[in-house]
Amino acid sequence: MSILVDRNTKIICQGITGKAGLFHSQQCRAYAVEHRPGEDVFVGGCTPGKGGTTVDGFPVFDTVAQAREKTGANCSLIFVPPPFAGDAILEAADAGIELIVAITEGIPVLDMARVKRQMVNYPNSRLIGPNCPGVITPGVAKIGIMPGYIHKKGTVGLISKSGTLTYEAAWQLGNVGLGQSTAVGIGGDPIIGTMYLDLLEMFQNDPGTESILMIGEIGGNAEIQAAEFIQKHVTKPVAAFIAGATAPPGKRMGHAGAIISGGKGTAAEKQAALRAAGVEVAESPADMGAAVQRAIAKRK
Amino acid sequence: MKIHEYQAKQLFAAAGIAVPQHVVAKSAEEAAAAFTQLGGPLAVVKSQIHAGGRGKGRFKEQPEQPGVVLVKSAEAARDHATKMLGNTLVTIQTGPEGKQVNTLLVEAGLNIARELYLGAVIDREVGKPVLIVSSEGGMEIEEVAEHSPEKILREHFDPDAGLFPYQARKLAFALGLEGAALRSAEKFFQQIAKFFLKHDCAMAEVNPLVVTKEGDLVALDAKVTFDDNAMFRHKDLLELRDLSEEQPMEVAAANAGLSYVKLDGNLGCLVNGAGLAMSTMDLIKLHGGEPANFLDVGGGANVDQVTEAFRIILADPNVKGVLVNIFGGIMKCDTIVTALLGAYDNIGIKVPLVVRLEGTNVELARKMLADSGKKIVTGTDLTDAAKKAVAAI
Repeated sequence: MSILVDRNTKIICQGITGKAGLFHSQQCRAYAVEHRPGEDVFVGGCTPGKGGTTVDGFPVFDTVAQAREKTGANCSLIFVPPPFAGDAILEAADAGIELIVAITEGIPVLDMARVKRQMVNYPNSRLIGPNCPGVITPGVAKIGIMPGYIHKKGTVGLISKSGTLTYEAAWQLGNVGLGQSTAVGIGGDPIIGTMYLDLLEMFQNDPGTESILMIGEIGGNAEIQAAEFIQKHVTKPVAAFIAGATAPPGKRMGHAGAIISGGKGTAAEKQAALRAAGVEVAESPADMGAAVQRAIAKRK
Repeated sequence: MKIHEYQAKQLFAAAGIAVPQHVVAKSAEEAAAAFTQLGGPLAVVKSQIHAGGRGKGRFKEQPEQPGVVLVKSAEAARDHATKMLGNTLVTIQTGPEGKQVNTLLVEAGLNIARELYLGAVIDREVGKPVLIVSSEGGMEIEEVAEHSPEKILREHFDPDAGLFPYQARKLAFALGLEGAALRSAEKFFQQIAKFFLKHDCAMAEVNPLVVTKEGDLVALDAKVTFDDNAMFRHKDLLELRDLSEEQPMEVAAANAGLSYVKLDGNLGCLVNGAGLAMSTMDLIKLHGGEPANFLDVGGGANVDQVTEAFRIILADPNVKGVLVNIFGGIMKCDTIVTALLGAYDNIGIKVPLVVRLEGTNVELARKMLADSGKKIVTGTDLTDAAKKAVAAI
């Protein structure tokens, strides 16, 4: 079992004729071919004005609505450049796409505020990202830019704000014999489509998930809200790592959202809140896999 | 992107937001002339740097001179300006090195009845911009939030429609404003929200926001920062950028498509990905070292980019060693090692270099490193690499 992505997920890419869009569509298709030979998983893409053409065997449509109608797609992977990415997200939602995964980095934060307000009108659509590595259910489908082979099949639900740190975590989990039910990169921007809470709830309810690893970072207070939620609603073992304990205040650390402002959003306060909620917190980024093992052992 | 107070006030004035009468001065003579031009019995001379705490700050070269000073004559304006311009102002926010003052803002005094706080920011958890006001003007809002959170009032506003009049009135009533001040506040609050949206601000703060005895609201201070991601649609605002206020290596890094933040330690680090880069700093600290920087080479690490990354890290004279931490994903480890070896030759790296590689094509990459004959230490895992790097210094 898994969350967000399963065997019924059919993927298109918005921005498929761009360099990154095509490359990663090919990678995702290759993953699907390897794990589910003979099934149509990655079914095409969209670029306005290039409808009716094909690119490396992918049919290209002008609009998401056409792509959905012709291919039955229910998931869209977005590689549209930042000035147009907000619009692309809303086009996907309006076309009835259920899972929208926005990889694009650099979307203006007010564009995301506008997107978020409009998304209320599409309760059946869920946005993951932007500025994220995507979602993978190992062995079923890869919708994003992560290297597929690092993610082994298993029972850990992985939620992370960061890309390479997620790979690091997946790799460490593999080393201790743990795979993932689903790994979700939620994104490093100030305004993102899906925050920890919804995913914690889904993992809690997913019979295929036995434990949860949550990777956060400095900035905002989403991890603190998550800690409160875990305390109240999550019975499965949870481990966490928070990046940026050494980050200076007032400085943006790569991710647009990774900034300590006014003394708030520090790693220390997030770690403390998570510990208070019974979460096994890894002090070192080298300790994430072992922290999940400890969290599981504590519950037994 | 940050701008100076005088620039923010010029933008405010253009948007119809009330600011004190002011003149920008770049020399002592201009400061004296500004006093005369303003024509008041008094004026305030304010240092223009991208940091707060200026009033309590002092100059390195002139330890008696505050960063903001009240003057009552053109001569006094000239004297103080002489002590301020070209000198280094140290405030609680600049760090001990301080910042050079090249520009002054000379402002007419106001008949102050009350001082309020006003700020507009993005509320990340709600996903909307929010206007924040408080009766405690002049105080750091974080301090107010800590000690008397009930004095902080918030109204979220729509990213297109802005703040509705009833929302502005709600805040104004809660602040106890009445009469002319109430009407003035209703307009002022809406204007700030509109300004925030129009210019894609990350923050627009007015602290203090003055209520004059005449019942006008006037922005006595103005602190505005813009969303870097939105600057593509604000080419005009880009001209307000003051590169002399920014860390030169951070600017060089940004130009090369790298994300770099200078820190105070002596162990440089070069990492792919922001989260892993932050974690690598944390790891260094955990093992008794001090990170010299944050550096994310991003996804496209070619020889030129990695060379530039090393150049930037090593330009910091404090750096006594470098830890490279790469998790190869789509970007393969051997590609990165090729870039690394090229950069090594281009730069002639003299400090100890510890490399930790994991991920796609790692075996090939490790062999390339071993065969290179270069004095590069490899770490078997994160902890091992961090320990070796810390020990190498």
